[in-house]
This record gives sequence, structure tokens and C-alpha cells, in this order.
Amino acid sequence: MFEDLNDLYQQVILDHCKKPRNFREMTPCSCSAQGRNPLCGDQLQLFLDMDGDTVRDASFVGSGCCISKASASLLTDFAKGKTRADIETMFASVHEMIKTGKVIGDVGKLAVFAGIYKYPARVKCAILSWHALMSALKGGDQEVTTESEQN
Amino acid sequence: MSTPHHPDWSTLREDFPILHQQVHGKPLVYFDNAATSQKPRSVIRSLVHYYEHDNSNVHRGIHELSNRATAGFEAARVRTAKFINAASADEIIFTRGTTESINLVANTWGTKHLKTGDVILLTELEHHSNLVPWQMLAKRTGARLVYVPVNGDEGLLDLSQLDALLTPQVKLFAMVHISNSMGTVNPVAEMCAQARQRGITTLVDGAQSAGHLPVDVQAIGCDFFAFSGHKICGPTGIGVLWGRTAVLEAMPPWQGGGEMILSVGYHKTEYKHAPHRFEAGTPDISGPIGLHAAMDYLDAIGRENIWRHDQDLATYAYEQLAALDGIRLFGPQTGRAGLVSFLLNDVHAHDVVTLADQAGVALRGGHHCTQPLMHKLGVESTARASFYFYNTRAEVDRLVAVVKEIQKFFRG
Ligand SMILES: Cc1ncc(COP(=O)(O)O)c(C=O)c1O
Repeated sequence: MFEDLNDLYQQVILDHCKKPRNFREMTPCSCSAQGRNPLCGDQLQLFLDMDGDTVRDASFVGSGCCISKASASLLTDFAKGKTRADIETMFASVHEMIKTGKVIGDVGKLAVFAGIYKYPARVKCAILSWHALMSALKGGDQEVTTESEQN
Repeated sequence: MSTPHHPDWSTLREDFPILHQQVHGKPLVYFDNAATSQKPRSVIRSLVHYYEHDNSNVHRGIHELSNRATAGFEAARVRTAKFINAASADEIIFTRGTTESINLVANTWGTKHLKTGDVILLTELEHHSNLVPWQMLAKRTGARLVYVPVNGDEGLLDLSQLDALLTPQVKLFAMVHISNSMGTVNPVAEMCAQARQRGITTLVDGAQSAGHLPVDVQAIGCDFFAFSGHKICGPTGIGVLWGRTAVLEAMPPWQGGGEMILSVGYHKTEYKHAPHRFEAGTPDISGPIGLHAAMDYLDAIGRENIWRHDQDLATYAYEQLAALDGIRLFGPQTGRAGLVSFLLNDVHAHDVVTLADQAGVALRGGHHCTQPLMHKLGVESTARASFYFYNTRAEVDRLVAVVKEIQKFFRG
């Protein structure tokens, strides 16, 4: 019945939402940030363990839909071992891809989110954890929301 | 032809052009009526007719078109008074919707009557629009908010506590008539009676009730009643605040401008009486005209019939869904209004709504603007199917089949 949704709920996404990786609190951690989607009330907390400019470990906890959980799971996997600059570059590519479907450069496994732009109501779900990651990298313990993302 | 006693539901469905379409290749099942209802052809035509023949500003002109627009606008006020059995059309204030109606009361009545130490009594079921304006008022005046608690997933208020909660500090008791997220029908007449005995002013949020069951504000015994046109087959942008004449006459105006004045000097203005005192500027004119057509349409069916149909669908949907494994249902088991809120184990409400949409079934997923209630129940969101008279049992069957498929999709 839901074949047409295969570009939204790809196998990788379903797998990561059913068995999210790095789904745990991290204490102590170098920095963390809260992300909240005011549309649905979903929230997640993202934790980073930094070694200088490099992410040694990343994890998250929280509640959310399949898309937002899978996004946080894949993103924390991706972030490990990356530098701040790597992550900023990837954020720019992934943000563009999630919103428009255009893939710039190699986004690796994160390419599974290339079909989300066709579901405008779900774009924020995929982007939430990225905003939390960028906020954590800025060292801010403050909360970010997806409010600035236009539907 | 349908009569008030035996409406022909399938004929009525023909009055709604929008329902006859495919969404994602499947026939549309519109189950998001608590968010907004669809509009029958008669309402759409009334808007077209107004703009093609009568459009003009109200209360100002002397020419023919202005007379017609004014007559249509004021006839809608009279019709609205009849719709909720108000004592007089002067008790009907046109607003943008329930939200603006409640904000009007908070900003005028509230600012005049509340002070530090006073209590505004609400219920834990409230929609944000009957909660945030009171929080803002409390902040401005130093008043406190107190809540009548709900009992849990059933969404029933613990009214055994009401007597104790109606303390001498309580100045206002504001309550939802029908909960948009649980489907609870509150016994507002009894609740208002208890408040009234103690001289407490009452407001009923009728957003979910006005178009679904017969409403008689005098029988309810409240002081204010608020509802929205768009949820009762009318256009968006028009809503109603009803207030008792004595209460309205003692209220200062809210927004200032044209239409609400008797005379203006550079330093002093004399205001009109209610309702015009509260309707500053050029109002939404086509809105009341469309609302008038909607009220005529609903009362030709009979709201007691609509209510029976709503309850039948809700009971049927509740029973069918309750028979599934891995589902959590919200709201009362009996006597519920025409909606069912639910959660599937391990499937987020937004995923349920996205998948259901793919199958042509329009649901709502989220906190339904009742975030404090969701927190209290320990959930972020629910999926909700909400019904109106043009929905059918066959559509409920489609919902249930789709829910089963969604469970399979996430299990598989
Ligand atoms: C119970 C309740 N109160 C208030 C509102 C607000 O209505 P509106 O958005 O039309 O002002 C709604 C609708 O969303 C509602 O369901």
C-alpha cells in the first residue's frame, strides 16, 4: 500500500529508526544541545565528546518520528572522527539536499534523505538533529528550534 | 430531500465539491474536521454572490450597495444569535475566530476585573487559545492560573474537586465545551452553575461544539461563549464572541478605530454600545455572510442529527481501533464527541499521518495545541481522526484498514 513512500522511508531509514545508533546519554560530555520542533513538540538532546576540533564521540536521546530519529542516528554515526570544518561543509550540503533534493558532492549514507524535499511537512524532522549538532558545536547549551525553516 | 428528522447523509455529501477527489491516487477520506470543516456549495455560492453583487463597506455608505452589504452583515448577526439562542443580536460580536474572541475577553473584561491575588480557573484540557491569553493576562495583572485536573488517558475532568477549586479568589472560570484532542464532552451547564452560584464569571470555548450539537447559551448559563466559523462549514477569518448584555456593557473597548465610535474629538472619544464598540475598523463582511449560509445549512440538517451521526462514527471507530493490538486510545470510552485520538506502539504520530495520507486518509498528528495536556499524559503527540456529518462508516473502515497496514509496515 505504501510503495510510493519508498523514497521517504528507505530501508536504511527504517533500520535506523527501529534501531537507533548512539542512542544514549553521554556524561560527562564536552558539549550538548537541545533541538525542538515546535510543530510537533518533538525534542532531542545531542551530546558531543570533543578532542580539540575533532568529534571523538557523538550520541543523542529524545523522542521523535522515524525520520528525525533516523536522521539523528545517521548523523551521530557520521560525526564521529570528523572535524568542525568537515561537519560545517556537510551541513551545508545536507541542508540543501533535504530542502531541494539537489545533492552536491559526496554525502555518503546521508543520501537516503535526498527524497525528503517531496514531503515538505517532514523536512523539519530531518533537519532537527543537524540544528542541534551545529548548536552543540558552537558550545551553546541553549535550545534550538526548527522554527526558522520554512515549510 | 432531507428533513431535519431523517437526513439523507449520502445526498448531503454531494453538497461538498472538495470531497470528490483523489489524493495520491486514492479517494479522499477527510478526517481532519476538528482542525477545519469543509464548505458546502451554498456557503461558497454565498461568498461569490456577495462579491459579484453586493460588495461594499458597511455602516458607512448611503448608497444601495452599502445598504445591501450592511443588511447582509447585520442579518448574519441576528442569525448567529438564533443559532446559539442568545437573548439579543446585540450580544453577538464578530471576531476572527475563537482565539480572537478569547483574547478580546482577556484584554477588556480581564484587564478591568483582575488584580494581584485573583485566580483564573481553567481545565487541564484547554486548547492553547484558551490558555495562553490567560497566562498573558495573569502576567500583566498578577493573577494566578489554577486548573481542574484530568484523570488520565480518558480525558475526563475530576469534577469532584470543582467545589473546592472555586475559591473566593476565583474571578473567572474558562472551560472547553468539547476537547479537540480527547473528544471529552464537558458538562458545561453544571460547571457554569457552580461558578455562577459564587458570582464567578464563566467563558465556554465552543470551537468544537457549536457546529456539532445544539447550543443554547442561556441554558448553559455562561457569560461568554466563543466559536469559529471555519469549523462549522463557514469561511475562515470569521468567528463569534457571545457575551451577556450586562457583562458586555460594562467592558471597555479593545481596539480603537472607525466603526466603534459615537463621536471623536482630538482628545476624547465616545464609544458605541456593544457589539459595535468591539468591532473597530472595516470588518470581515463576506465572512458573516458565509457564516449565515453555513448556519442555515447546518440547521436544515439539524444539529441533534449531526450529533447523533458524529457519535455513531466515533463509537464505531473507537470500537474498531480498540480491537487492534499495540494501540493506545485517548478520550472517554462512552459519550465521546466525533473524534478519536490514538497512538501506535513504536510508531510516531507523524509517521502514522504521512502513511495514512499516502492512502488518501487525511488525519492530524501532533499535540493539537494542547501541549500541557500531552505532557501530563506523557506523550508528545497523538494521531487524530475527527468526523463530521459527511463522513461515513465505510470511511472509518478504510481508516482501520490503513492503520493495520501501517502497523505491518513498521513491523515488517
Ligand atoms: C477547542 C478549541 N479551542 C480553540 C480553537 C481555536 O480556534 P481558531 O484557531 O479558529 O481560533 C480550536 C481550534 O483549533 C479548538 O479546537
